[in-house]
Amino acid sequence: MAGNFIMPRLIAGALALFVLSASYAAAARDYMLGQIGIGQPWARASVTATGGAYVTIVNRGAAPDRLIGASTPRADKAELHEHVMQGSVMQMRPVTGIPLAPGSAVALSPGGYHIMLIGLKQPLKTGETFPLSLVFGRAGTIEIDVPVLTAGASGPAPESHSMPDMDGHSMGGKK
Amino acid sequence: MRFSRALAVAFITIAVALMVYAAVKYAGLLQRGIGVEQSGTALVGGPFALIDQNGQTVTDADFRGRIMLVYFGYAYCPDVCPTELAKMAAALDLLGPDAGKVAPIFITVDPERDTPAKLKDYVAQFHPQMVGLTGSVEQVTKTARAYRVYFAKSGDTGGANYLMDHTSFIYLMDQQGRYRKVFTPDAAPETIAAGIRQLL
Repeated sequence: MAGNFIMPRLIAGALALFVLSASYAAAARDYMLGQIGIGQPWARASVTATGGAYVTIVNRGAAPDRLIGASTPRADKAELHEHVMQGSVMQMRPVTGIPLAPGSAVALSPGGYHIMLIGLKQPLKTGETFPLSLVFGRAGTIEIDVPVLTAGASGPAPESHSMPDMDGHSMGGKK
Repeated sequence: MRFSRALAVAFITIAVALMVYAAVKYAGLLQRGIGVEQSGTALVGGPFALIDQNGQTVTDADFRGRIMLVYFGYAYCPDVCPTELAKMAAALDLLGPDAGKVAPIFITVDPERDTPAKLKDYVAQFHPQMVGLTGSVEQVTKTARAYRVYFAKSGDTGGANYLMDHTSFIYLMDQQGRYRKVFTPDAAPETIAAGIRQLL
């Protein structure tokens, strides 16, 4: 019985992944704001009024900068959050800013920094794109388009890696 | 001189004894479930009665004969819960046809917001077999306690957009409902699938 639906599920999954990564590649783009590069935006589909969004940010300048805020017309609030493991307990806590050292990249990613969307007017649906404004202490504000991936996605597929090369700098960022 | 040497020997003896005592005590703590990944029949889990995503009352007995993979979280959780549920789904996919012998179960620690209808939409996003369980605050609290799960509201606790702090572990229970293993957040789907295979 299980076998009967596993294969179609795998095929459907592979197909969905293909379609999604194709649509992600079409929807996602890189942005430059002064010396700040922003790439690989994505968010997870949600069924509730909260969601999580992620981007990779590269500071190509010589001066430090900070991501200090975010907002979107789709939600009442967008907060910068980080994860704290206290023993076995997972906690999310707002942070006042995410430091961007000169010549380095910070990847917001599941389990690390993320932009928490609070009070979504409509749940985020897989395949759609929504606008998100990012506010930097030095570089200013930019609006980017964020493609929505599946609820269980852990990031854009590697094929759709769109970040401009960092000239040998690590893209690891904070884990 | 001789006296002070005797004193030193006594001092060292006591220090060593204390260290041994601390080590034994620490090993005891590990046994009781503060370890990274461990197995055995520790006092984790037990009977529960909750409401599933279709509004039906279910108990632990309904899952007898199947391996239970249990995760506690909440549907408003934007980051860690989807990661862990996606890992459970990936582990099931790795099992192939044997996935049918496993019940992946998501138990909310936020029954106030996570209604059966909400859970139905939520679990369907991860795996067709996934079961979403909620219940009264008392039912959920009792179940979470049985699994040694900590949870508490945080952030905007007065409003509707509060967060939940919670233990983020995946519990592996055998076909008789007995606790066998816990997977910490660093466990890969392959590790979880291997843990399940040991019970097949």
